[in-house]
Amino acid sequence: MEITRREFFLKSARSAGLLALGGLVWSAYVDEVTASKLILRPPGALKEKDFLAACIKCGLCVEACPYDTLLLAKPGDNKPLGTPYFIPRDIPCYMCPDIPCVPICPTNALDEKRVSSNGILDINTADMGLALIDESACIAFWGIQCDACHSACPLLNEAITLEYKKNDRTGKHAFIVPVVHADVCTGCGLCERACITQKASIFVLPRELVTGRAGDHYIKSWNKKDEKRLKNAREINTKTKISNRPAIDSLNDMKGLLDD
Amino acid sequence: MIRKYKYLILRRSFQISLMFLYFAGNAWGFTFLQGNLSSSLLLGFIPLSDPYAALQMLVAGAVLSGDLLIGVLIISLFYISIGGRAFCSWVCPINIISDASNYIRRKFGFNKIQKKQPASRNLRYFVLFLSLLLSYFLGLSAFEFISPISMVHRGLVFGMGFGYGAVVIIFLFDLFVLKNGWCGHICPLGAFYSLGARFSLIKVTHDAQKCTACMDCKDVCPESQVLFMINKESIPVLSGECTSCARCIEVCNDDALNFTIRNFKGEKNET
Repeated sequence: MEITRREFFLKSARSAGLLALGGLVWSAYVDEVTASKLILRPPGALKEKDFLAACIKCGLCVEACPYDTLLLAKPGDNKPLGTPYFIPRDIPCYMCPDIPCVPICPTNALDEKRVSSNGILDINTADMGLALIDESACIAFWGIQCDACHSACPLLNEAITLEYKKNDRTGKHAFIVPVVHADVCTGCGLCERACITQKASIFVLPRELVTGRAGDHYIKSWNKKDEKRLKNAREINTKTKISNRPAIDSLNDMKGLLDD
Repeated sequence: MIRKYKYLILRRSFQISLMFLYFAGNAWGFTFLQGNLSSSLLLGFIPLSDPYAALQMLVAGAVLSGDLLIGVLIISLFYISIGGRAFCSWVCPINIISDASNYIRRKFGFNKIQKKQPASRNLRYFVLFLSLLLSYFLGLSAFEFISPISMVHRGLVFGMGFGYGAVVIIFLFDLFVLKNGWCGHICPLGAFYSLGARFSLIKVTHDAQKCTACMDCKDVCPESQVLFMINKESIPVLSGECTSCARCIEVCNDDALNFTIRNFKGEKNET
């Protein structure tokens, strides 16, 4: 069957149009569905972007989990389809020492290296998220004695410590309040599960979402180790219209400030 | 009577028991087959992985692990050398849905009213190309996030959610919009397996001497273009688009179609 030049051009244009339309709808959907940042991954998960690229969505980690902590995102969960996650308020990560969910991963989207120290699996190095406390809802900050999260923490007195403070409101009582240590917390969520308030006042969120970064221009004073970071700091030069003149001229210039 | 459906019964039992084994792996910890069709563990240590998913990952820029590559190799070797495109009709759960649509279409004579299909079967290679293009640009396995196949098999093992929607949509689409719409025109996984299936060992072979040209086989075939030789030539169905579903063998009353193991020497002499 021979096709004329007209037909060929028409056909090519149609294909290109179809490709563009399909590509647009498809990529828009995938982009949207993978944009959700509020999702807690199993221990050892790669950074979210790499994780989404590497996870083959087989659910072997979900099957390996002895506590049924992990779930696979279903259509309607509003999470990247088929990827594993957990909801600590329902079932937290119980931090098994042998971490069965990680070595079984066929694609290394859950990477053993990220939960090992000195080549041995070590769940305490996991980083699933970071626990935060809402001090306005946590009853320990009201003066009621509660250390549910502290005693539930698998890294007791390391990830969560109790601190004593004076209760200025009554003048003669104490606050015994929980404090989370971000460098130790693994984000397992046992504290969130244990929290006795109606809606958990201590809760786990993805670390990237809730941590800031001071940058290398600021260092802690009298701390030799921290001072080394200064080497990474690079000069930042901002050029604006004002930078054309020396600073003193710019300051002495009354033009524009006075009404004439 | 039952001999007329022996392959169909075999296929359905295989599809359903496979899904059951996956389900049991998750629900009761059976270690015979764990995971799902994207990637699984057979007997707790043999990895099996979907080569198309792995290809998307590769294009997306993920580093492929050793386990994954072994799994891909096992599956690819099996389909290329023996099974052909058998995944589509012997494993894939969507096949049950699209076969149901097809059955109703035939019974109600839709195909007689709607003789010309409005889309080309080559569309699927287009979708396959697009999926790889998008995987590259998005850095994600693009098809795996929308695949109704994954939604359904994952759903059967780990919980369905709105995955039933995918089932209903494919059923209605195949029934009213386009004959063999999903499996024969759109699905890039089927297109992917078609590319490698030409070379497989087991093929349906036609015997033109016995054929009475009733065309029952073409009527029942989900990829009827592969049966172009019916009543013309005695050659095997070599096209990679044949899913080896064996429905043509069953409906043939003249024993003019049968599975054969390929004889590469003989083929060369014929052509």
